[in-house]
Amino acid sequence: MIEFVRNARLWFAPEEVRQDGSTPDYRFSLANERTFLAWLRTALALIGGGFAVDQFLPDLRWGWRIGLALALLAVGVLCSLRAINHWVRCERAMRRGEDLPTSRFPALLSLVVAFVAVAMVVVVLAGWAG
Amino acid sequence: MGATSGVAGAGGDGAGGDGAGAAAAVRDPGLQPERTRLAWRRTTLSSTVAAVLAVKAALHGGVSTAGAVVCGLCCALWLGFLLVAQFRIHCLARTVTPPALAPRLATAAVLCTAGVAVCAVALVV
Repeated sequence: MIEFVRNARLWFAPEEVRQDGSTPDYRFSLANERTFLAWLRTALALIGGGFAVDQFLPDLRWGWRIGLALALLAVGVLCSLRAINHWVRCERAMRRGEDLPTSRFPALLSLVVAFVAVAMVVVVLAGWAG
Repeated sequence: MGATSGVAGAGGDGAGGDGAGAAAAVRDPGLQPERTRLAWRRTTLSSTVAAVLAVKAALHGGVSTAGAVVCGLCCALWLGFLLVAQFRIHCLARTVTPPALAPRLATAAVLCTAGVAVCAVALVV
């Protein structure tokens, strides 16, 4: 968490990132940028899913609907913040010639998405039966 | 600068046959700048979908003042993202070996995304 706050300063400070180490092959930076954009798209998809749950499941009970929508939106925000944090960490590691940072986030995200999907199935089946 | 061969995704048939000067010789056969430009385009498209869903949610069931404000905010955030993408695409197109993404641009893109989510929370609750 402290690491995250320390990195957050770098989000706004291009000079500081550039002072570190040496500039890597531009293709590596572009690949890192595309990974960042892919995570951003994932975040946007989760946010869109939050809207969709709220808009297109009007028959759902209020608590479930709001709960699922807020969960998807929260994960979307988390995903976008993590996207830039990971991008900064990768950029810095490449400049310093270190190994790329490892992350538990993909595993965590897939578990959350699986949980939400199972919850949706249960909710739809329950609505069907009742 | 840094034009080592055999880096990820360089493919096999990079040589081409036209030999159109030094710029073409340095040009990356893996089309990294082009792929990055398309990635920005895809992300802008995703952002458009999110914005459209936001506008639909805001204007669902009649127009209220709060709904109109959130609707305008979402449109502004979408426009912000579009401008960031457009600026970056211009940077990519200007030189053969484009500079790395500036952290400020990345932060702006993330803030636009997170802003839409905050609007969504306001709409949902």
